[in-house]
This record gives sequence, structure tokens and C-alpha cells, in this order.
Amino acid sequence: MNKESNPYTVRKRLDEAVLWPDRAPKLGGMDIELTERCNLNCIHCYINQPAGDREIQAGEMDTDRVKTVLKEAADLGCLSVRFTGGEPLIRPDFTELYLFARQLGLRIILFTNATLITPDLAEILARTPPLEKIEITVFGMSPESYRAVTGRPDAYSTTMRGINLLLEKQVPFIVKGVLLPANEKDVPAFESWAATLPWMDEPPDYAMFLDLRARRDSVEKNCGIRQLRYSPEEGMRFLLRRPEYHRTEMIRFCKKFLSGPTDRLFPCGAGKGVCVDAYGRAQLCLTLRHPDTVYDLKNNSLDTMFLKFTPEIRKMVARNPDYLKRCARCFLKGFCEQCPAKSWMEHGTLDTPVEYLCDVTHKQARNIGLLNENERAWDVTDWKARINSLE
Amino acid sequence: MDPSNTLDSAFAPSENVVAREIEGEIIIVPLVAGMGDTDDELFTLNETGRAIWQKLDGRRSLRQVIEELATEYEAAEGEIEADVIGIIEELSRRKMVSPK
Repeated sequence: MNKESNPYTVRKRLDEAVLWPDRAPKLGGMDIELTERCNLNCIHCYINQPAGDREIQAGEMDTDRVKTVLKEAADLGCLSVRFTGGEPLIRPDFTELYLFARQLGLRIILFTNATLITPDLAEILARTPPLEKIEITVFGMSPESYRAVTGRPDAYSTTMRGINLLLEKQVPFIVKGVLLPANEKDVPAFESWAATLPWMDEPPDYAMFLDLRARRDSVEKNCGIRQLRYSPEEGMRFLLRRPEYHRTEMIRFCKKFLSGPTDRLFPCGAGKGVCVDAYGRAQLCLTLRHPDTVYDLKNNSLDTMFLKFTPEIRKMVARNPDYLKRCARCFLKGFCEQCPAKSWMEHGTLDTPVEYLCDVTHKQARNIGLLNENERAWDVTDWKARINSLE
Repeated sequence: MDPSNTLDSAFAPSENVVAREIEGEIIIVPLVAGMGDTDDELFTLNETGRAIWQKLDGRRSLRQVIEELATEYEAAEGEIEADVIGIIEELSRRKMVSPK
């Protein structure tokens, strides 16, 4: 027998590069939107549909279909699945799906607003832990803030009830925020409270440069979201409340992810994992819903998606002259949130520059010294040296 | 753990874990709380551990497992026995296997 030293079990970091130095599972991770419906009606949300919409509910994957997708994912070597929505707990079969996934040996990342966590569910999560921290979005620290953001004043108390149930049962979770004019005043109270939670190793993250509707389904809602967006200057002011933390994180990110200009539409990680929407269609990432990039799983498998569909999509290059003149020459592409998904949400195309994101990115790059005032990133030729000199 | 008694017992993976083979690695995923799994870590088996684990079916006694492995790997039974007892102790401590 090939002798190796004890112990025989090895604890390894959950990192594919460490686990599989020279190969990797076909599917690194999967997001599954169990529904787009939600019991809250947040003014900024990019996806939510009414909780009681029977027509939408009828089109959702049924229990067996979701189980089939989970089984396929496990067979492809997937380690973690993110259950998201909409509000995933709105589904009456949530517990069944959760336990099924755990029995397959999948780790579960649950995205929830926590309002529907019951004592029974908290008990199940304690007994059969998800193995990943639950992620809870908190919309304010008072009933008034919750009313303004979610349309439901009772959602504050139900959120806190759900959170307290998890605390009682010692189910690990973290909280996240969304920065909106209606709840900005709550930030100090939110952060003080978050710091008391046992699993919050870092300050909470915020969604702040908001996405438009992912299905391009409401001009009115998009108009509302645009009005809620913070300007690049306002966003910078908020991020610079913790200047050292922000700078360190930005530099770490830039050194890791900035890889130079390209006309390829997908220099990102899109397609390494998969996102399955509530109706059984697979996407390369959570927000990319352009019809040309969506793969229907009704008559196809995840395996064939990875074998045939995804590689073709990832080869796509930009054709829009404006994109070629700017984004294709821009070294900040890995940093900017400009991507085909954002282009789709904003313009209905895959390769139209999004001015708002471009402005946000330039503002942040200037702040850490990657760009001079008035300089545009696509005009910079010594970008490698600039990144290397960041400290 | 008394090896003389243990060798006549058959062991099987606990119902509290799921073992998954992914790209040649056996990964043991806890199903219940308190098995020590943390957010960014998971359990895998080294090569010796993997060879033994695959024979823990709840029917073969450990003595049979040792005989089979000694034949397959052309190794001394004493050496194999030490490995088998070692992994059973470790996995029992982690509640990942149980006697049948």
C-alpha cells in the first residue's frame, strides 16, 4: 500500500485549486432561483414578482424538476448551491428541496430576507446545517424604514423574529445591506448591531450601485431604480467612511482581477458555474438573461450546456463600435461592473457601454491612484505598471 | 478501541455523512451539526484512507478488509492492519463511520 502519514482524513480549504491541483469538477457552483416571487415588494429590486401571482407560480419548476437539476449538478461535481430568488422560503416545498440537496452532499448558501423563518425551519437548519452561512439582506433598522423600502411595516419585526430564531439555534448567518435614501440614516445603527452578531467577521456589504430590472419588464420600476441610485460621488463618499479598509480591498481586487483590455465579452468567470432560473432555464451568471445566452433545460441537460453551449457563448466578441472604442480597450474591465449582463439590463444588448457604471469605475480608480483626473482608462497604455505600483 | 474485538466487526459510513467521489477525490460531507466542518473547509481522504473507505460496506469485517488490501497491494498484513485500525479510530472519533 502506498504509505502516507496519518491522519487519513484531510481537512482541505474549499478551493478548487487546492482540492484539484491539475483538474476540477465540471461544475464549480450553481445558483438556483427557486422563485422570482417575493413576500416583500422592495422598491429597488431587480427581479421580484408578486407573492400571490398564480400565473407566474404555475410556470415555476415543480419539486421534481428542481430535484432533477440538483441531482445533475451533484453528478457534475458541484460542491455548493446557492438557493436564491425572489424569496426562496416562499415555496411550500422549500424544506423538502433543502433536505434533498443536503442528502446529495451539497453545501447550501441560502439568500433570504428572513421574514419566513419559522421555529420548525430554524430547527431543521440547526439539525441539518447548510454548511455555509445563510445570507440575510436587512433593509433598515426600524418599521418605518422597512415600510419605505419593502412596502411592509411588519417586515421589520418578522425579519428580526427570523434572525432571533437563527441566533437561538446557533445557525450561522451574515447580514447585508442595501443603501437607499430611505434607510441611509440607519447605517450606524445597522453596523453597530451587525458587529454584535457572532458570525460577522467583517463589516456588512451593501448593494449600492443598483441594477435595473433583469427581465427588462417594467419601464416604471426602472425609472424608480434610477432615481434611487447613488451618484458616483455619493457612492465614493459612502465607501470612504472606512478609507483604509476600502483601499486595501480595492488594491487586492485590482491586483487579482485586472487582466487587461480585450474585445471578448466574457473575460469574467461567467459560465464556470451556472444559474438556473425559476422556470428551468440556465444562464451563465445570475443576471445575464439575454435570450441568446440562455439555455433551456427542459429538453437538455446541464452536461450538454457545459459541453456545447457555454464554450460558444464564452467565445463571443463585441461588435458595437462604441464598445470597441472604449470597453474593449479599457484595462478596468475586471473592476468595472460593465458586462454583457449589465448591458442587457440597461440597453437590451450585450455590448453597449453603461455610462453610470463607467463613471462609478473611473471615480473609484482615480481614488486609488490608477487614473489621473480627467484621464480615461481606455487611453492608458502603462496599465500593468500602474497596477503593480499600487500599495 | 480494542483492536482484537474491532477486527471482527464490520463498519460502514455513518448515516450522518455523505461521501462523494469528485474527480478522484473522496469528499465526506457532514449532514448533521457538530462534526467540525467549517465554512471554507471540507474533509477528503488521502490515498490510504480512500482505499480502506471503499471497502467499508457494513458487511466485510475489518479482518476481511485487511486480507483483501494485503492481496491487492502486495503488502504485509501487519502494516495494513495498522492503517485500518488507524483510520477506523479517526473516523469513529469524527462520527463518520459506525460498527454494524
